Amino acid sequence: MYDPTVARLTYRALLGRRRALVLGALPLLLVVIALVVRALTGADDQTAVNVLGGFALATMVPIIGVIAGTGAIGPEIDDGSVVYLLSKPLKRPTIIFTKLIVAVAVTMVFSAVPTLIAGLILNGNGQQIAVAYTVAALVSSIAYSALFLLLGTVSRHAVVFGLVYALVWEALFGSLVPGARTLSVQQWSLAVAHKMAGGDLVTSEVGLPTATVLLVAVTVLATWYAGQKLRSLTLAGEE
Amino acid sequence: MAVERPLPTPVTSTGDQTRIHNIGYRSYDGPRLGRAYARRSLYSQSLRGAYGLGRSAKSKVLPMLLFVVMCVPAAIMVAVAVATKAKDLPVDYTRYAIIMQAVISLYVASQAPQAVSRDLRFKTVPLYFSRPIETADYVRAKYAALASALFILTAAPLLVLYVGALLAKLDFADQTKGFAEGLVSVALLSLLFAGIGLVIAAVTPRRGFGIAAVIAVLVISYGAVSTLQAIADVQDSSGAIPWIGLFSPITLIDGVQSAFLGATSAAPGGVAPGTGAGIVHVLVVAGLVAAAYGLLLRRYRKVGL
Repeated sequence: MYDPTVARLTYRALLGRRRALVLGALPLLLVVIALVVRALTGADDQTAVNVLGGFALATMVPIIGVIAGTGAIGPEIDDGSVVYLLSKPLKRPTIIFTKLIVAVAVTMVFSAVPTLIAGLILNGNGQQIAVAYTVAALVSSIAYSALFLLLGTVSRHAVVFGLVYALVWEALFGSLVPGARTLSVQQWSLAVAHKMAGGDLVTSEVGLPTATVLLVAVTVLATWYAGQKLRSLTLAGEE
Repeated sequence: MAVERPLPTPVTSTGDQTRIHNIGYRSYDGPRLGRAYARRSLYSQSLRGAYGLGRSAKSKVLPMLLFVVMCVPAAIMVAVAVATKAKDLPVDYTRYAIIMQAVISLYVASQAPQAVSRDLRFKTVPLYFSRPIETADYVRAKYAALASALFILTAAPLLVLYVGALLAKLDFADQTKGFAEGLVSVALLSLLFAGIGLVIAAVTPRRGFGIAAVIAVLVISYGAVSTLQAIADVQDSSGAIPWIGLFSPITLIDGVQSAFLGATSAAPGGVAPGTGAGIVHVLVVAGLVAAAYGLLLRRYRKVGL
């Protein structure tokens, strides 16, 4: 189910040139913000929750997920070079699974690691906040990657749809319509973080069992359907 | 079966038989429409393209959808204000764009790359410059087109609010003043957002990547700034809030309009910058717009050659 050559090619496509710059700039910004906040206000649990929840988990993880998830397959389908990959004697689900692994790894490295560092800077892992948000970032990286990888195979405007989901659905509707929060990767991962942190600093709209089931279901279904889409992929020209 | 025919006897060339036939090609002697016309055409085509007019049905969906999403809340607010016979609109003219900033950001992110990235990706830029336009004309036309498209997007809901307010017989002078201030603010916002979007799109010709880069810059700067502002508000250092707002486009516009255009600040704590800080905000906006224009000129100086 895992092909090292496909993985190597995907890594190079993802981390090549400017993509790596954007991917690296975001975590750097988070760490800088953490340093500034720590210098200005000192260690404070609520502040740490604000920064990690408001910026790291709500803004940074989805955007890195969009870049890594759609970037793992989108450009190849766009410029047509995916046919060379598809013509090799590899199962299409294998290709998708390998690309998912790579996207998940990249998202985790670029989102969870800086979250942990920022959390340690902000309050030295007081009340397990840094670890809780790191676990949330890890969990949501998997779901986001699977979701956006599927989008990359379904639509040629995957980046736009991914961003609409991440920004409009999770941020805008999520803050206005309570029901929208149940269907949000961010809230599911917060449920996991809530379990880890204990206390009431980290709160989520959904319970842990629901969140776990939904996370697993979304990841598995998205990966499976992406494999199916790749089996019957038609290449379209530029509009 | 073809009957064998004797080959025609080759004409023995006697003397000079070559000649150039005049088959009636004529040089163009009609009116030449010139540089200004080409620039105007590029502007109007880009503006139409920003709403998907003259492009495929698929590419009309997103800009039109975002336009509708921008206007519907304004219509609802007007309906509520008329129905409840309110004394004032539920939202200030200047606040509307701040509330809808996610939609505006998405519009910039989706349309700035389509305005400039596709020409770069398919290497069609040299074709433009084979016409009598210069680099500066191309940049000006594209910048003006995207800024106009954004102005249409942001001013239309204000117009809905204004017309609705007049229909609801709210105070005419008060509403007109608010409407004018709102228009100035969204004009500034359009210039700023169009500049930022075009610069980023012009350096990222790859499909999809430009969109992600534009949205990342707009959203992440806002996310970082609003997080810091919230913390500054909690920590009772509200003097720092306007200065932090300098670092993201939307809070920059918010600072300008709350300092000079009579808006209440959307920043946490509602702290408006004083006159000094307000002037800095205006200077930064002007500097960013000028920098965007300069960077675009530099980007296109050697393109396609």
